[in-house]
Amino acid sequence: MANYSTNEFKPGLKVMLDGDPCAILENEFVKPGKGQAFNRVKVRNLKNGRVNERTFKSGESLEGADVMDREMEYLYSDGEFWHFMATDGSFEQVGADEKAVSDAKNWLKEQVIYQVTLYNGAPIIVTPPNFVELEVVETDPGVRGDTSGGGTKPAKLMTGAVVKVPLFINIGDVLKVDTRTSDYVGRA
Amino acid sequence: MHDWQPTASIESLRRRAGIINQIRHFFAERDVLEVETPALSAAAVSDPHLFPFTTDFIPEGGGASHPLYLHTSPEYPMKRLLAAGSGPIWQLCKVYRNGESGSRHNPEFTMLEWYRTGFDHHSLMEEVDQLVRSVLGCAPARRVTYADLFSDLLVTDIHSCDTPELARLGRERCGFVGELDRDGWLNLLFSHLIEPQLIEPTMVYAFPASQAALAKIVDSDDRLPSAARFELFINGMELANGYFELTDALEQARRFEADQKLRKALDRPVLPVDERLVQALQSGLPECAGVALGVDRLVMLAVGVNSIDEVIAFPASRA
Repeated sequence: MANYSTNEFKPGLKVMLDGDPCAILENEFVKPGKGQAFNRVKVRNLKNGRVNERTFKSGESLEGADVMDREMEYLYSDGEFWHFMATDGSFEQVGADEKAVSDAKNWLKEQVIYQVTLYNGAPIIVTPPNFVELEVVETDPGVRGDTSGGGTKPAKLMTGAVVKVPLFINIGDVLKVDTRTSDYVGRA
Repeated sequence: MHDWQPTASIESLRRRAGIINQIRHFFAERDVLEVETPALSAAAVSDPHLFPFTTDFIPEGGGASHPLYLHTSPEYPMKRLLAAGSGPIWQLCKVYRNGESGSRHNPEFTMLEWYRTGFDHHSLMEEVDQLVRSVLGCAPARRVTYADLFSDLLVTDIHSCDTPELARLGRERCGFVGELDRDGWLNLLFSHLIEPQLIEPTMVYAFPASQAALAKIVDSDDRLPSAARFELFINGMELANGYFELTDALEQARRFEADQKLRKALDRPVLPVDERLVQALQSGLPECAGVALGVDRLVMLAVGVNSIDEVIAFPASRA
């Protein structure tokens, strides 16, 4: 991979830092009137998602990271790996381990398209779409006629996720859920 | 695309013009002489961390060309005027620093620089404060030594804090990756951990002797000999840098030489130093204090914006 100098640290650039692939979020030029210039950089570690602040002497460089985001369809899980297939017609498949799917695990549904971040060709993060539609498999019986809102109750979805839903929701209902907040949005 | 449009609002530019008028009035009232010095100079600044823009004078019709450097501050020629007997002088000019670009930096910016004969750094701090208060209407600046500021905010005794300890702090608290010398670590800690906390106007003085630049070294400000240098900070931003000026020609020549050595060590271009400044000091620079103030940043504070682009009509990205 190419090397990138501090002045090329634009948001979105993927670089290697402490052996992990990281994405640049912000880059600020800091220079006292007298003295060394620095670049204060905010990065997200793509393996653990943590955001860190790092500072470099201006002009230092980092190796680029072989990181790629691909749209992939979820196929199935064999218990150890979660399998995805490319949607670009190549039918290429990858298996993501539990760590890579940890953020998406509650929202994995077959035939839905996910963003899979590949590092050196291997999946490191699976990001769900902002909204998914999932069926309710477990909840207290619905209160008929109560569509006005007010109270909520827990409902377990087909993926195992538990979300708060209005009282009128029944088993078998398909719900639209915001994956970023785990909020119920509405009936699909 | 709207690239043709200014990045500063017309209202901000009006305020900017008003501040320039206030500055002019401030010095007229005090009978300080306005001067102009060359932006293109045969010698370059010696500061190892400044990179001048370079161009060439090419005689029309042929002949030998020679390099010229765009000034990074008007300091050297203004001191030559002082040595020639100008008395107190001030100048408002564009200065140019290659490679500097960010929310507080534009590669060309407006500098206010003035020199007061018969002043030391303490009396000049007072005058800088008056000017800034007249523009911003802020409270008088607190004055604090570099060492006291460190002991208030970071380490008990910066003088006895060794370099490995500074490095440890720099790596832990600033997430710094790489190596620096002692002044590098101090600059890192100062710019990342201390400067952002200087919200109310603060004059920091008695800098480490190793960061004297062109200031005298004095015994009177701190436990150890320190640089008679001050900086003004407001809103976590450096606004001005001043000195009780070095007048010793031998010491000046020595510092130029040390700077050149450091430039070489840092693998930076070694450019011609200003021998005329050394000559002027040899002939006699009157005792004086001088200061440079970033006018764009002063306007940023007056208007209340966080980006220098909002007070410059056409910053580098649209120049």
